[in-house]
Amino acid sequence: MTENLLLKPSRPVGIIGYGAYVPRYRIPATEIARVWKGGGAVPIKEKSVPGLDEDVATMSIEAARNAIARAGIHAHQLRAVWVGSESHPYAVKPTSTIVAEAIGVVPHIQAGDWEFACKAGTEAMVAAMGLVGSEMADYALAIGMDTAQGKPGDALEYTAAAGGAAFVIGPAEKSLAVIEATYSYVTDTPDFWRRAYQKYPEHGSRFTGEPAYFEHVSKATETLMGELGTTPDDYDYAIFHQPNAKFPTRAAKMLGFKQEQWEPGLLAPVIGNTYSGAAIIGLTATLDIAKPGDRILMTSFGSGAGADCMSILVTDELLNRRDKALKTQDYIARRKEIDYATYARMRGKITMK
Amino acid sequence: MEIPRHWRLKKQRYGLIGEVCPHCDSKIFPPRDICPDCGKEAKDEFAFSGAGEVYSYTTIYNAPSGFEHTIPYTVALVQLEEGPLITAQLTDVDEEHVSIGMPVEMVTRKLREDGDERGMLVYGYKFRPKLVVAA
Ligand SMILES: [Zn+2]
Repeated sequence: MTENLLLKPSRPVGIIGYGAYVPRYRIPATEIARVWKGGGAVPIKEKSVPGLDEDVATMSIEAARNAIARAGIHAHQLRAVWVGSESHPYAVKPTSTIVAEAIGVVPHIQAGDWEFACKAGTEAMVAAMGLVGSEMADYALAIGMDTAQGKPGDALEYTAAAGGAAFVIGPAEKSLAVIEATYSYVTDTPDFWRRAYQKYPEHGSRFTGEPAYFEHVSKATETLMGELGTTPDDYDYAIFHQPNAKFPTRAAKMLGFKQEQWEPGLLAPVIGNTYSGAAIIGLTATLDIAKPGDRILMTSFGSGAGADCMSILVTDELLNRRDKALKTQDYIARRKEIDYATYARMRGKITMK
Repeated sequence: MEIPRHWRLKKQRYGLIGEVCPHCDSKIFPPRDICPDCGKEAKDEFAFSGAGEVYSYTTIYNAPSGFEHTIPYTVALVQLEEGPLITAQLTDVDEEHVSIGMPVEMVTRKLREDGDERGMLVYGYKFRPKLVVAA
């Protein structure tokens, strides 16, 4: 193949502001194992659980407010509000309009909800790069947020969590981190799905690992680095989609990354799998501690299946904006442990009628 | 069904948007277009910071219709830092940890469903204990 496969906008773009959100409640994996008599090792320590009054709209609003606070722009300068999720509160009615109204962006905007299992958030980021990179707009807001549900007793119940992040994308010269390039690797792979009107998803058991997650994550990452001419040594940090603790760690090792590169962005052990939020909240946690000049690689993964890889270069501006909103670890430190009964009530697993 | 009312109130409910009096600089919430302090016309929009403290509070165990899913919950009179005293639910807090003078901040949350699970979702402001920066 001779053509260059990277996506690079004609006007360079970057992250102007970023914000994270994680709800307050945590259920330990051992508590889920206690109820379902799950034997053996648990996949994570604990996962985050949204409060009764939280959903993807409210969580996106808070992450967006954090991102705008760091960006230092007026909300009305945004020309798009795009929310990626697989747990939008309505089946029909955009989450993005609720978020846009709450942060004061309406009415001169594009708004829409994105879906691609766990990579809907990075898909929205790539679209925002296109909007800004084509000079159709100066600023766009891309969000990835989920309140994931697992079938009671299913393996996914141990990890399906809530959280995510928001990014103001804008011109590179005003950014706290430049997005050097992005590349996506996509095929039709039936590893995980949820049919219409079904509450819980299904997974294609043996399909979830090799042909889905590892194939797409490694192809996206290797192709991006190959086309950019970079190697793992050129990156200070690397973040991979994290459905559990094991997958991203194994992917990182396979690709030649070291523990100190992936550790700051590996949050699944303490908050679980936040689906559309999983890779990008690893990015916000990493930006919270990165230095100017650091280079960050991030690869998301969405079942169905595809992976988006980005190469990101931190600028001097990060230090001026980082403290203007709560950090990812501030939300992780806010923690109230709940038992399975409380969790079942909070997640609507108890039928009242 | 109160869809027109929810739609009309969304701006003040989602983002705590009130008014400021151009004559005496009083901050007004909820917006009422007349300054309660000087009685003159006051229609200039003002976005409150969302910071305030608990002035008084009570916990609800027998909720009015539409709110029974979230009992028990605490309702407070919150003194906003710009002056107005407003009534709102507290969230992300356990009742035993609420106290008068406690610093709180505004968050936008789901208030209730309009009617049943087929109705629209109503969002609006609540207050939570001011989140601290982790050490
Ligand atoms: Zn007045």
